[in-house]
Amino acid sequence: MENAQEKIIIVENLTKQFDHFTAVKGISFHVNKGEIFGFLGANGAGKTTAMKMLIGISNSTGGTANVAGFDVHTQSEEVKQNIGYMSQKFSMYDDLTVQENITFFGGIYGLSRKQIKTKTEELIAELQLGNIAKTKVGDLPLGWKQKLAFSVALLHEPKIVFLDEPTGGVDPITRRQFWELIYAEAHKGTTIFVTTHYMDEAEYCNRVSIMVDGVIEALDTPKKLKEQFQVNSMNEVFLKLARNIE
Amino acid sequence: MKRFIGFIKKEFYHIFRDKRSLFILFGMPVAQILLFGFAITNEINNVDIAVLDYARDTESQKIIQKIKASPYFHVENEIFNEKAIENEFKKGKVKAVVLFEKDFAKKLQTEKKATVQVITDATEPNVANTIANYTQSIIQNYQNQKNTTPKSNGVVIQSRMLYNPELKSVFNFVPGVMTVILMLVSAMMTSISITREKELGTMEILLVSPLKPFQVILGKVFPYIFLSVINAIVIVAMGYFIFGMPINGSIVLLAFESILFIITALSLGILISTISNTQQTAMMISLMGLMLPVIILSGFIFPIASMPLPMQVISNIIPAKWFIIIVKSIMLKGVGLEYILKETLILVGMTLLFIGLSIKNYKIRLE
Repeated sequence: MENAQEKIIIVENLTKQFDHFTAVKGISFHVNKGEIFGFLGANGAGKTTAMKMLIGISNSTGGTANVAGFDVHTQSEEVKQNIGYMSQKFSMYDDLTVQENITFFGGIYGLSRKQIKTKTEELIAELQLGNIAKTKVGDLPLGWKQKLAFSVALLHEPKIVFLDEPTGGVDPITRRQFWELIYAEAHKGTTIFVTTHYMDEAEYCNRVSIMVDGVIEALDTPKKLKEQFQVNSMNEVFLKLARNIE
Repeated sequence: MKRFIGFIKKEFYHIFRDKRSLFILFGMPVAQILLFGFAITNEINNVDIAVLDYARDTESQKIIQKIKASPYFHVENEIFNEKAIENEFKKGKVKAVVLFEKDFAKKLQTEKKATVQVITDATEPNVANTIANYTQSIIQNYQNQKNTTPKSNGVVIQSRMLYNPELKSVFNFVPGVMTVILMLVSAMMTSISITREKELGTMEILLVSPLKPFQVILGKVFPYIFLSVINAIVIVAMGYFIFGMPINGSIVLLAFESILFIITALSLGILISTISNTQQTAMMISLMGLMLPVIILSGFIFPIASMPLPMQVISNIIPAKWFIIIVKSIMLKGVGLEYILKETLILVGMTLLFIGLSIKNYKIRLE
């Protein structure tokens, strides 16, 4: 039990049954505090469904999940206060300025006006957003929106941040920069839970799980996975796994 | 509470930065009231007519004077033979010709019977009909004044138009427009603004946040309650000050009923947003499913009593129908709550039903 404190997400036998098919078939895994955990899988493998159950916007039909020390089923309010979430759409309000977006999202997490003010200053300095505080988010390039969305998800200093395909549709340089932000945040002790399609990004993670057809088929560090499958890249690990299933 | 205020502030930013919604919110009510009040009307005013007087005696001249004196007609010109009539109509300005037969006064004296012919341009049937009725009543009036000794027998019909003695159509349009606008603003705008969050993906972010789902919905809806109330005030004020629509009943009651109807419409908007995933769907459902029935089946434009029976039955499920009855009763008849209790309870019932269905749908979506 001495290790339990370090496990910030504990999932046991988590299942999601829809009317005609089972999207998530009793998965079990844990995520350690402060690690970057890659949650991989092809489209339709069930990774988004699994993630939605962890962040409390979808109810599981079986099994348990404990996030940041709270049960997602019975203590969803406490869970919500302790997690951040960034969706693949970098969802912010296009017709609000950068400043207004920060104020709004800070506000719904119950940050005080003073906290919001200092946070905004920090954020603008950190991202070098300087003179765009009064620019509408809709006028920003995609890469900037993405960085901003990440920072907004971290406003209330959550213990874990869930990133759902955060780098979809941006160029390789911006992706690289974004991963630097992720590293910086992980360095501060925040746990990062990230889903992605890009296998090169999987290499950046501390540990990686690969979901196929609602089941976790592999879970380890990228290095060990490559050794296990005797290949040179995560891409090949992924392809080998998918082929084996077929 | 502070979270809630922040949320509402954000909602107002959305509304005030979107020119389209601003126009729908504030341009539409004013434009519609002015349109219905001034342009679309069943009344006639200053219609150009022509006179063909074969008699040219005192009686015919007196009647022509009377017609000239009325606000409804303007005698554009005089023509001298029947061939000219069609020519006048073809030119399009003159809408009717009043024709006096030869020896009009003499026939009236000796035979007690003389003919005035009213020929109207019936390419616009409603106008033609109204002109015919108005001229008839002017001549009838003249006749009554002349016959100081009333006929000993014969039935005389005396009709009195209660609550709207001048039969002003604006008395009908103000409640109608108010209903349409409140429905539009409350139901359509809220359903669009909620589905917009779904479409943008921000709804997910809001649901992951500590805000509770009902707070999110309440926050989305609240600004529209406020704006709808302002709209209702603007419409009633315009009706009162510009068109002389009376408010015979209690203003407090009118305000209460309006807020009730706004809530009914909002709950309908929420229900629509639970069944549609895109703004476009929400807009189509609102327009086809709400606006058309409101305009056609509520009794606003077409009287319900003259609809076929199935339509009359269907009209009962339209909230707008009941609200129009309520508004007319309060503003024109000046009744108290006891007379419109049934309509009020129906609206309350509908609101509860819509909210219940929304909650049920919402839960299904969360599973």
